[in-house]
Amino acid sequence: MGYKTIVEDNIDILVAGAGLGGTGAAFEARYWGKDKKIVIAEKANIDRSGAVAQGLYAINCYMGTRFGENKPEDHVRYARIDLMGMVREDLAFDMARHVDSTVHNFEDWGLPIMRNEKTGAYLREGRWQIMIHGESYKPIVAEAAKKSADKVYNRVCITHLLMDEAKENRIAGAVGFNVRTGNYHVFKAKTVICGAGGASNIFKPRSVGEGAGRVWYAPWSSGSAYGLMIGAGAKMTQMENRIVLARFKDGYGPVGAYFLHLKTYTQNAYGEEYESKWFPDLQKLVGVEYLDPEASHRTHRPIPTCLRNHAIINEVNAGRGPIYMVTMEAFQDPHLEEIGWHNFLGMTVGQAVLWAATDVDPKYENPELTTSEPYVMGSHATGCGAWVSGPEDLSPPEYFWGYNRMTTVEGLFGCGDAAGGTPHAFSSGSFTEGRLAAKAACKYIDDGKAEGIRVSDEQIQRRKEEIYKPLETYRVYSNEVVAGTVNPNFINPRQGLDRLQKLMDEYCGGFGVNYMTNDKLLNIGLKKMAILGEDLDKVAASDIHELLRAWELKHRFLTSESVFQHTLFRKETRWPGYYYRGDAMKLDDKNWHVLTVSRRDPKTGEYTMEKAPLYHLVGEVEDKDLAKLKAEGHH
Amino acid sequence: MPTFVYMTRCDGCGQCVDICPSDIMHIDKSLRRAYNIEPSMCWECYSCVKACPHHAIDVRGYADFAPLGHSVRVHRDEEKGTIAWRIKFRNGKKDMELLAPITTKPWGTGIPRLADAAAPGKDMVNSQLLFNEPKYVRMDEGGLNTLQSNGLSLKEGVYY
Repeated sequence: MGYKTIVEDNIDILVAGAGLGGTGAAFEARYWGKDKKIVIAEKANIDRSGAVAQGLYAINCYMGTRFGENKPEDHVRYARIDLMGMVREDLAFDMARHVDSTVHNFEDWGLPIMRNEKTGAYLREGRWQIMIHGESYKPIVAEAAKKSADKVYNRVCITHLLMDEAKENRIAGAVGFNVRTGNYHVFKAKTVICGAGGASNIFKPRSVGEGAGRVWYAPWSSGSAYGLMIGAGAKMTQMENRIVLARFKDGYGPVGAYFLHLKTYTQNAYGEEYESKWFPDLQKLVGVEYLDPEASHRTHRPIPTCLRNHAIINEVNAGRGPIYMVTMEAFQDPHLEEIGWHNFLGMTVGQAVLWAATDVDPKYENPELTTSEPYVMGSHATGCGAWVSGPEDLSPPEYFWGYNRMTTVEGLFGCGDAAGGTPHAFSSGSFTEGRLAAKAACKYIDDGKAEGIRVSDEQIQRRKEEIYKPLETYRVYSNEVVAGTVNPNFINPRQGLDRLQKLMDEYCGGFGVNYMTNDKLLNIGLKKMAILGEDLDKVAASDIHELLRAWELKHRFLTSESVFQHTLFRKETRWPGYYYRGDAMKLDDKNWHVLTVSRRDPKTGEYTMEKAPLYHLVGEVEDKDLAKLKAEGHH
Repeated sequence: MPTFVYMTRCDGCGQCVDICPSDIMHIDKSLRRAYNIEPSMCWECYSCVKACPHHAIDVRGYADFAPLGHSVRVHRDEEKGTIAWRIKFRNGKKDMELLAPITTKPWGTGIPRLADAAAPGKDMVNSQLLFNEPKYVRMDEGGLNTLQSNGLSLKEGVYY
C-alpha cells in the first residue's frame, strides 16, 4: 500500500486524544516540563473534538470554596451516595481540591461564567453546577493546549499503544493513521497520557436509521480510552457501571438546568407524582442506607441517579407512561423560558431542532422524558475506566504505586473517561485530572523511569499490517461479488457495529430488555462476543474513512467485552435503574462493597477479575443534617 | 438532524471537512462541494454549520423522529464574541432569536504561554500543587486541602 510511515521520535509526553482531559494534560505539562517534547494526537480537530465539541451550558463540577459554598469532601460524599458507595475517594478528593483552580483559569481565558448579581459569586444551577455561556468552551481550552504543545497532530486516529521491549509492562508510545492521507504514524514516547473518550453506541440505541447518531454521548466517543488501555494490558475498574440517562425523549436534551435552575419536575401520564410509590419496594432491594427518601427530603442528601431512573422505568412498565417534564409553570417566566432554550443551544442543539420540528413549545406543552440506552464512560454519574494510582499524600497502599493517575502499565496515564472510579468529574474535573496526570508524567520522566526504552521495527511493522488489514481484506474479496454490501468473506464496520449493539442490548442489559440480565445471559453473550471477535479480524474497509470506523468498532468491542466480564463478576444489583442482575436482585454489601478490577492478558485475551478494597473518607465529612435527624430518632 | 449542504452556496472550501468531529463532512469529487457522507454518525453538533463561511450548511431533523418544515440557524462571530440563533417552528407560530456571548476577551488573548511562565521551584515540584496554585484554588493565600487540614482519614470498610 502506498502509505508513508511518519515517525515522531523523542517525545516526552504524548497526549492520545485531546478532549477536556487531554487538553488539560497538554496545557499543564508545559509548566512542569519546560524542556519536554509534548505532542498531541487526536482523531478529529482539537478545536471541536471530544464530548464538549458542541459546547456546554454549565460546568457541573465546581466546589466554590472561595465563596464559602462547599469543601472537597462534600463533593466526595455526594459522589459516594450517588454511585451507591462505589467511588475511588482518594482520586475524587484529589480532583475536587484542584478543580476550582481549573475553573478560575478558564475564567481568565475568556470563558463566560455567569455571576449571581446579588452575591457576586458564580451563578449556581445546583449545588455543584455553575452556569456558563460555553459554546466556545472547547475552542478556548484547545487554544491553551496548542500554546503548550510542541506539535498537534489532528486527524490522526491512535489505534494501539506501543510497548517497550526492554522492560516488561512499560509504555513506549503509540501508533495510528491519518484519516485524511492514510499515512501511518508512529509516536515514540516516554509517557502516554490517554485522554481518549468513553463509549457511546455500544448498546443498541433507541433511535433507528438516520437517527442512530442522536445518542446522548457523542457518536465519536468510541470507547478508545478503554480499547487502547485494555489492549496494552492495563487493569480496568468498575466497567460494569454503565450509565442510563433520563432525558428529553429522542433529542436527549439535558435536564440538569431544568430540574435545578428552572425548578421543573416530573409526573406520569396522568399528572401524578410517581417516584415515591416505587421507593418502599426499592428500599427492600438496596437497603435504607442507600435509599432514605425522608432523609433526602429533609437534608441535602441526594437520591442516587440510578434509583430515580428505576422509578421512571417501573412507572412506564406499569402502563402509566410517558413521564413528562412539567415545564408549563416555569416557562411562563420569559427569563426562565429563554434560559431553557439557551441551555439546549449551548450543548444539545438537536433538542431545540426536535421541538421546532414537532411544534413542542414547553410553555404550553409538557415534553416527554425517556430513559436512554446505556453508556460506558467515567466522568458523568458513573466511573468506568482504568485502575490508576492516586496521589502520594492521600492514597492508601492498595491505591498507590508511585505516580498520580498512572495506570498499572508503567508510563501510561489516564484522565477524564480514561481514569476509573472518579465519577462526577465532568468537564472541569476531567481537565483537572489531565493536569494532575501531566505533572506526574513529568516527574516519572525526571525520576529516570523512562530510560532505555526499546521499540523494534518488528513491532512497528506488525502494527502497521494490522492497522491496514481491513483495507486489504476489502481489496481481496470485494470483487468476488457483483456489488452491494453482502459478502461471505467479510463484514463492514456498520454491520459489525449493528451486531455488537444487538448483542449488548439483549445479553448485557440494554433498553430492549428493560436493562435486565443474569449470569446465563451474560455467558451466552460472552460466547457470541468471542465469535464476533473472530469476525472482526475479517472486518473490511473500502476507504480510509471506513478504516476509521473499523478501528472505532474494534475499540468499542474491547470495551464491551470488558463490560460483559465485569457485569458477570459483580454478582449483585448495585445500581438498579442502570442495570439489573435478575439472578441477584439485591444489593449485597457483605460480599460486594468493593471495586471490581480486571485485566485482559494482551497475549491470550484471557480475563482475570479481582476485588479491590473500598476506602472511604471519614471524619469531618458526615452529613450534619442527617446526624441531627438520627439524633432525633430517625431509624 | 443530520447536516446537508446547499448546492448554490458551497464553494468547496473545506472548512467543514476540517472541523467535523465525526469525519463525515467530505468533498464530493465530481461536484467539488461538501456533503454529509454518513448521516447516522452525525450528532447535530453544528460545528460545521458554525464554521461554514457561506452559511451553506443547514440541518434537517433526523428522519426517524423529526417532521419536515423547521429551521434552526446560527451565526457565530469570533470577532464580536457572540453567537446568534434563530429557531423557527414547523407550524410557524414560534420564531425566536437568541444571542449569547462566546468569550469575554478578544479571541485567544487571555490564555498564557506556559513556556514563558516562571519555572516552578523545587518545593513546588515536590508539592501537590498545580500551575497557579495555591492562589487559584480560593483566590486567596490559603493552602491546598489535605486529609489532615480537613480532619479526614481514608478507612477501609462500609460507610454510607
